[in-house]
Amino acid sequence: MKEAINFLLAGVGGQGTILASDVLVSVGLAAGLQAKQAEVHGMSQRGGSVTSFVRWGEVVFSPLVGAGEVDVLLSFEKLEALRTLNQLRSNAVVLINNQVIEPLTAISGDQKYPSDKVIKDAFAKVSSHVEFIGGEEIARSLGNPRVANVVLLGALSALLERDGVAGPELTSETWLTVITDRVPQKHIELNQKAFQAGRDAIKKTGI
Amino acid sequence: MIKMLSGNEAVARGMWEAGVGVASAYPGTPSTEILENFSLFPNVYAEWAPNEKVAVDAAIGAAYAGRRGIALMKHVGLNVAADSFMYASMTGIEAGLVIVSADDPAMHSSQNEQDNRTFARFGRVPCLEPSDSQEAKDLTVAAFRLSEQFDTPVLLRLTTRICHSASAVELGERTKPSAEHKPFPRNPDKYVMVPGNAVKRHPVIEQRMKDVAAFAETFPFNRVERGEDKLGIITCGISYQYAKEIFPNASVLRLGLTWPLPEKIIRAFAGSVKRLIIIEELDPFVEEAVRLMGIPCEGKSIFPITGEFDPRVVREAAIQAGLLPASAHVALPEVETGPLPSRPPVLCPGCPHRPVFYILNKLKVPVNGDIGCYTLGFIPPLSAIHTCGCMGAGIGVAHGAAKAGSPEHHVAVIGDSTFFHTGIPALINVVYNRSAVTTVILDNRITGMTGHQENPGTGRTLLGQETVKLELEPLVRTLGVKHVQTLPAYDVKAIEKKLKEYVKLDEPSVLIVVEPCALLPEVRKRWVPLEVLADKCNGCTLCFRIGCPAILKSEELDEKTQRPKALIDASMCTGCEVCAEICPRLAIPFKPVKVEAGE
Repeated sequence: MKEAINFLLAGVGGQGTILASDVLVSVGLAAGLQAKQAEVHGMSQRGGSVTSFVRWGEVVFSPLVGAGEVDVLLSFEKLEALRTLNQLRSNAVVLINNQVIEPLTAISGDQKYPSDKVIKDAFAKVSSHVEFIGGEEIARSLGNPRVANVVLLGALSALLERDGVAGPELTSETWLTVITDRVPQKHIELNQKAFQAGRDAIKKTGI
Repeated sequence: MIKMLSGNEAVARGMWEAGVGVASAYPGTPSTEILENFSLFPNVYAEWAPNEKVAVDAAIGAAYAGRRGIALMKHVGLNVAADSFMYASMTGIEAGLVIVSADDPAMHSSQNEQDNRTFARFGRVPCLEPSDSQEAKDLTVAAFRLSEQFDTPVLLRLTTRICHSASAVELGERTKPSAEHKPFPRNPDKYVMVPGNAVKRHPVIEQRMKDVAAFAETFPFNRVERGEDKLGIITCGISYQYAKEIFPNASVLRLGLTWPLPEKIIRAFAGSVKRLIIIEELDPFVEEAVRLMGIPCEGKSIFPITGEFDPRVVREAAIQAGLLPASAHVALPEVETGPLPSRPPVLCPGCPHRPVFYILNKLKVPVNGDIGCYTLGFIPPLSAIHTCGCMGAGIGVAHGAAKAGSPEHHVAVIGDSTFFHTGIPALINVVYNRSAVTTVILDNRITGMTGHQENPGTGRTLLGQETVKLELEPLVRTLGVKHVQTLPAYDVKAIEKKLKEYVKLDEPSVLIVVEPCALLPEVRKRWVPLEVLADKCNGCTLCFRIGCPAILKSEELDEKTQRPKALIDASMCTGCEVCAEICPRLAIPFKPVKVEAGE
């Protein structure tokens, strides 16, 4: 790997975005790369937009990624995905969780949540590597909607392999070791299943 | 051992390795997690102080007593603590003293973006600036050595990007503080800063800075990374990372000690390159010093003086200045998405501050606010805060406006932690100089905005010890306020009645509204979501006016009014019942009342 890989994770406070980026940066480190992570969040305890950058590479200097240089977007929410669109590099790998969290400005104000068509069309103009998956539904089918972020990480791991972003040094075992390090003993099996379910979801969609 | 640590975790680790004896702080983004993480190490002393000045005095006391002391704060905290910072520079110390200032370029959660390196120059104090988490740890340890070697406080200056980004750190060993206690110094010439002694100390600290400047020439964290001689870059802090990223072939002088500066190294470096630029966020601090040495350089003529840098900001500025070819430009996707609904921060569902703002909005009075979650009361539809400057400012501003003959009755709104911080002297002024200001203290028994830190009203210390729970009503009465009332925060009608009475008084009054923050773990356990009876709701929209994120517009329209009915998101509702209280059609039933056994 010569150039660094630039990840952007986006979501709404409370969705587990920061936890997922903690996993992602540690996976980079565990794969023998340099890795850095930077959270960008405002004042809000929850309910506000949250973004986080993760970078992997032989050498990584800046923890931040400049607009136009994001190689991989993982978004936990559809509107937040659209908000980061102008930060993507052409043909970036994009994984979007099919969740809608309406902001207050759309609920009680006059602003309008964008339609699925608007979102899909916008991303289609930037990249041909865009996947939508129902992280919540998959997590719920496993019995716990809270593992949606691990489902998404599983899906991301499969996408990185499929689209040739990550090298062969990055195995499922590396991901699972990092994830199981972070969850209590009684939830390990559930998280392993969630990770695998996310991988399977990507294998099924193909391109 | 290598660990992935945030800058804040790394400073905490450095404090532990350095054997800190006393660590004192007031919470403030982006610095808060340093003390929280430090407090988790075994056998350490860490405390939340009521404000930053008190924290610095505590650290100074420890350092006088021969134990390493540290005080931590966000950048504006050093304004509050400036008095103590300045005298500590004059006296020096017996053991290491470090002041940590976490500056906030781009003002992610601050009222200004002051560059606190200026305090170092102003106060004759050395300033260290790490560039990543490893250095955040290493420079914390180095700061204590520097402090002891030169008998000086040391400023460790962080920025949001250092605090809140994570990179790998090689952990070090701990230096245990010696078991022996030195006697407290009886050395008035050094420690009693009356004019006669201070006059003698000033030349001492001027000489001290010359000595540190000589040391700076050999300090390993000031280093030259030799590249091509076409371009030389002097940089520090997080800007070093952007410089390396954007100019991989340039020669770089990276400064870890940014005050005082190593003049010989800078002069030699400047002489070895054809074009010299300075890359630093915010003020031209290094740049001005280099210019004063008579060395031509460019800095703020190329890079912005406001906001935070990132690789794009540095690259685009460099292209403009001809340092990079136009082909280096990174294009952005050109896709028109139209305006997207924003997600501004809002008061959480169930926030106990909401009723007060709902009523103040109805009363149409001028409201002088303060720093905390409740500042969000300025956002529509509540729109009930009209000024907010800094910690503790609201009461003083309301007093001054009243004394200036403002024709309306002023209300000051302040949180419990902010009241303890700097609100008390301002309220004393209201009483002493007799202004008819109404102060509302929003008491949620915790420091909320920064993520639930204990305060003097909590009854528990940072280390989990039970302690005195400071009660507000007796305190306020003791200050001399005659009209004082404490009310439960969700009792909309009682608060409205009392505030209507208070805003007519021509004497000082204080309303204390109490209810623990709805996000506290023990409060979460009591959440019971409410629901709207669709057949009773007629879409009057009154409940939308409290700005609760859990109240949604239903897709169902009222037949007569054709307005959307209300709907409650059960996953967000805490059951605070504020909407139930104001609903004129009783369409939101109250929770069933639980009767405890024996009642």
